[in-house]
Amino acid sequence: MRNDSKRYNDTVTIAKRCILLSKRNPDTFLTSVMLPALMMLLFVFLFGNLIHVGGTSYVNYIVPGILLQCIGQCSTTTAILMNRDVTSGIINRFSTLPIRRVSILNGHVLEAAVRSLLTSAVVLITAMLVGFRPAASLTGWCVVFILLIAVILALSWLSVIVGVAANSAEGASSLSALAVILPYLSSGFVPTETMPKVLGIFAEYQPMTPIIDTMRNALLGNPIDTGTFLIAMIWCIGLVAAFYFISLALFRKRLSR
Amino acid sequence: MLKQNMSICVSSLKKSYGNKKVLSQVNFSVPGKTVYALLGSNGAGKTTTIRILTGQIKADGGEVLIEGHDVLKSPEKVREVISLTGQFSAVDDALTGKENLVIMGRLRHLAEPEKRALELLNYFELSGAANQAVSTYSGGMKRKLDIAMSLVGNPKLIFLDEPTTGLDPQSRHSMWELIRELKRSGVTIFLTTQYLEEAEQLADIIAILDRGEIIAEGTAEELKAYLLDGAVKFIFEDAESLENAKQILKHYKTASVSEEHQLTVYTDGKADTLALIFHGLYENQVKIREFSQLAPDLEDVFLTMISEREGKFNEK
Repeated sequence: MRNDSKRYNDTVTIAKRCILLSKRNPDTFLTSVMLPALMMLLFVFLFGNLIHVGGTSYVNYIVPGILLQCIGQCSTTTAILMNRDVTSGIINRFSTLPIRRVSILNGHVLEAAVRSLLTSAVVLITAMLVGFRPAASLTGWCVVFILLIAVILALSWLSVIVGVAANSAEGASSLSALAVILPYLSSGFVPTETMPKVLGIFAEYQPMTPIIDTMRNALLGNPIDTGTFLIAMIWCIGLVAAFYFISLALFRKRLSR
Repeated sequence: MLKQNMSICVSSLKKSYGNKKVLSQVNFSVPGKTVYALLGSNGAGKTTTIRILTGQIKADGGEVLIEGHDVLKSPEKVREVISLTGQFSAVDDALTGKENLVIMGRLRHLAEPEKRALELLNYFELSGAANQAVSTYSGGMKRKLDIAMSLVGNPKLIFLDEPTTGLDPQSRHSMWELIRELKRSGVTIFLTTQYLEEAEQLADIIAILDRGEIIAEGTAEELKAYLLDGAVKFIFEDAESLENAKQILKHYKTASVSEEHQLTVYTDGKADTLALIFHGLYENQVKIREFSQLAPDLEDVFLTMISEREGKFNEK
């Protein structure tokens, strides 16, 4: 290290760069602020009177599902940003800098996390405007926050994988299809018992269901099932770890191509 | 020269992708504070060489020392002293010129990235556009910013991969001026190019890379000397005369353009040699329409060397 140098955190530098980039992209505002608010309004006003879920209003029921869907949309932006980095000359320059290569990925994930939290706030505020009344205890809010962070990390690392592996921005944006559809096939919008048998089984066992169930119970002030919470956490931690190692391996491979 | 004075030392570098040999036995050394040009056509292996030298990909064999550090054993030390400007622009279009430079300064861990950014903008005459998004820049400005980005950390050795490809003639000339200035400031520059003129204009040493092998290396003057001093260009009356002339002059180095009945003969430039050539043609009644004496340029060297190699390849 030279004398005139100063210790910066490379991850933070890259994250700041990504924040600037996504701020300048009009798409980001659409996907992280407009879309979540619209989704919330659409579901509550279109389906709110049609779908009856036991014991609570529909808006109270769908908040966790919409949260997950919107975080998924947010991570699509990261997939596209990441993809632009690896398909342009930028990656060649970054990889010849005296920084750890994983900081580049970490930076993207950090930015995705910040943006996803912002989106989550938009979803919660819009929901409250249309009648969402959370009754969570302090512990409940902590559980929601922990799960939110875990989901955000899992989806952000997934978006890094997609971004690194895709050959074009169009390919990278295909992640949004998954982000939109998976929450529908969970307990996010309708109870899994009402689904056709095969779908119901899939929905019951896919990771989003325990996450959504725990979040919903926590938000509504219902007792939290420790088992479900644990399953949700194990899913998240497992996925984050798997996605982290896969994206790092793919990134190394991409660099040496 | 001693190894210590060398900015780059490359020995028996090899690289293949699958069955395709990209580099075979590449050896060269670049003395510090010089401009070294790797000249070759598309697909000769130029970018692969740069990627190996900058530690982005691993060679299959051989050794690369950059400022005395082994690229494989201490890549982090290498990255401290080099910078790369690749073929494709590596700046964020949505950010301003200044923002791009400041981010680079932070990644280079400079104490005052803002100050360095302003210095560089000034140096590259981009101050006026400092706060405009790069997407509004012209091709030449963008390329300048690209080079500025690679100077942020005061590297000792700069890699420029085809620095002027895609630039208009005016921007190309100002880029050349810039590269000369960089050299005067004491950095070593390793550049690749497919333009002979560029290599001749900028480089202290030129290496010609063809199909993964360096087929010649030297100063522009030394390379030109390969074709000796004088070339005589003949234009004959008809195809038959051209064929006869080729037969008569087969012991000389020649290059021909059949459609125009044109034959260029490379000689040592001595009057006796010229007299012999003319005598031979006269004796055999070859009809010469016109002739002229040429000073060889680098393009002749390049084309002759490549076509000689092609001849050898075909014989195999």
